[in-house]
Amino acid sequence: MNIPTGWQVDIGLEIHAQLSTEAKIFSGASTTFGNAPNSQACAIDLGMPGVLPKVNAAAYEKAVRFGLGVSGTINRESRFDRKNYFYPDLPKGYQITQMDLPIVVGGHVTISNEDGTQKVIHITRAHLEEDAGKSIHDFKPTQTGVDLNRAGTPLLEIVSEPDLKNASEAVAYAKAIHHLLTYLDVCDGNMAEGSLRFDANISVRRVDAEALGVRSEIKNLNSFRFLEQAIHYEIERQIDTLSAGGVLAQDTRLFDPEKLETRAMRSKETATDYRYFPEPDLLPVKIDESFIDRIKASMPELSGTRASRFETSLGLPTADAQLLAGDRSLGDYFEQLATLSGQPRLAANWVKGDILSRLREQDLNISECPVSPEAMAELLGLTVENVVSGKTAKAVFAALWEGDAISASTYVKEHGLEQVSDTSAIEPLVTELLREHPKQADDLKAGKSKLMGFFVGKVMQATSGTANPQQVNEILRAKLGL
Amino acid sequence: MPTQIDEKTLSQMSTLAALPVEPSQEQQTLAALNEVLDLVAMLESVDVDGVLPLAHPLERYQQLSADAVTEHVDREALSRNAPDFEAGLYFVPKVIE
Repeated sequence: MNIPTGWQVDIGLEIHAQLSTEAKIFSGASTTFGNAPNSQACAIDLGMPGVLPKVNAAAYEKAVRFGLGVSGTINRESRFDRKNYFYPDLPKGYQITQMDLPIVVGGHVTISNEDGTQKVIHITRAHLEEDAGKSIHDFKPTQTGVDLNRAGTPLLEIVSEPDLKNASEAVAYAKAIHHLLTYLDVCDGNMAEGSLRFDANISVRRVDAEALGVRSEIKNLNSFRFLEQAIHYEIERQIDTLSAGGVLAQDTRLFDPEKLETRAMRSKETATDYRYFPEPDLLPVKIDESFIDRIKASMPELSGTRASRFETSLGLPTADAQLLAGDRSLGDYFEQLATLSGQPRLAANWVKGDILSRLREQDLNISECPVSPEAMAELLGLTVENVVSGKTAKAVFAALWEGDAISASTYVKEHGLEQVSDTSAIEPLVTELLREHPKQADDLKAGKSKLMGFFVGKVMQATSGTANPQQVNEILRAKLGL
Repeated sequence: MPTQIDEKTLSQMSTLAALPVEPSQEQQTLAALNEVLDLVAMLESVDVDGVLPLAHPLERYQQLSADAVTEHVDREALSRNAPDFEAGLYFVPKVIE
């Protein structure tokens, strides 16, 4: 969708990421997804009188990992606040969150636009809070069921500046955050289980207007596609209203994925006053340099840095370096293979080619790859030493993948697949072929160089792909005096 | 001097707090709330220049606890407090946003 001429759009995203901890943020109950309702909601999660929250260190560690990953400032002293509202999925009547002193302030990520240009998107803050439970409306006609298993699951709310100018930038940013969160093992990124949810703040204004327009907040978008569709609809709705001389009211809206439209949920006038105040049941949290240093030391190399390293020290083309560094496990696999084989470019070609396409075919990820980097390195060694031809290597790879081969070298030996580099074995074949195809031989001699492929192909066929094509080429040239 | 609370503000507050105020109690509630504001007005006269905002009256910091599942939930015991519990769910009057 193109933004109509004369208008500009400002979008900011609030991303809620569930942190992949074992226990909840303020209690020792489990965070496992999908168990029997309320089997993981303890007295603290239920807001029973007299209970006191504690603070899970892993939630803090993961928030700090994210903060370091976006080059944000880590507040050495942070604090929790109460956000008060009434809803059955929040049994305490308030959510414990961070208002005044969040753990992370500032930071940025770089997104790549469709035209290849890059843009820096600024992050305002990222704060820790607890998730609410789930309401089940379709179990009984006149009642709502409440499952509080999710209540108290740690969330990191990541708030961006309104730097995003259209739906595709918003989606690119959301994907960049998703990538970073999973890369750093902060969140499992499972969208289907609601591990990542988006709220989009959208406003439009005339191109010459300096102040931001009146914004609408679209709540609870749980997929990249819904995020994109909701933004498209909302931009159109706001521009249509203003173009027709109408006035927009600041409101909170819900997206209906079936009708592809947003509907007002509440207006600014009826907005809840959350009456924030410092959480009296928790002390402020102070983290020292050693805490941060320990996390820094455990951080993986970020994908951007790794891609540059693949490019400069391993000599990979930019696109390959970005592809392989983009996924942490894929990058690890490649790096191991490159080191073991000593052939980074060849390793990159195998990983991005045969390995990735087979993984995609079978819907596997790299950690489930049936061929280990060690086994692959052995195969690469055989091709580099000309023991097998490229064609044979692919067949050996298939056998390794299917579990038909114990190792590349044993398989090659057992099946007699060694490349024939023995001149005395190839020469008679070439002589015979030239005799069988005198016309082609003459044409090749006369300069029809394409026919070289014809003869090499015939030799490869006759040797079941085991001849060294380079050598066949040389013998042919010698025989024809080329 | 803080603004005084009037009938309109009281009605808005009672909606937000989900606590209905009976008409017969309105004046009494208003007076009580305005007395609180008088106290706030008194506090505002204190010079706090250069004093850091207080996050907590105890000058201590929160201990972080290890990420381990320590609570083993006895759902049936906990649900005994609930007026309406069925099929593992707590039931409330229908709410749809």
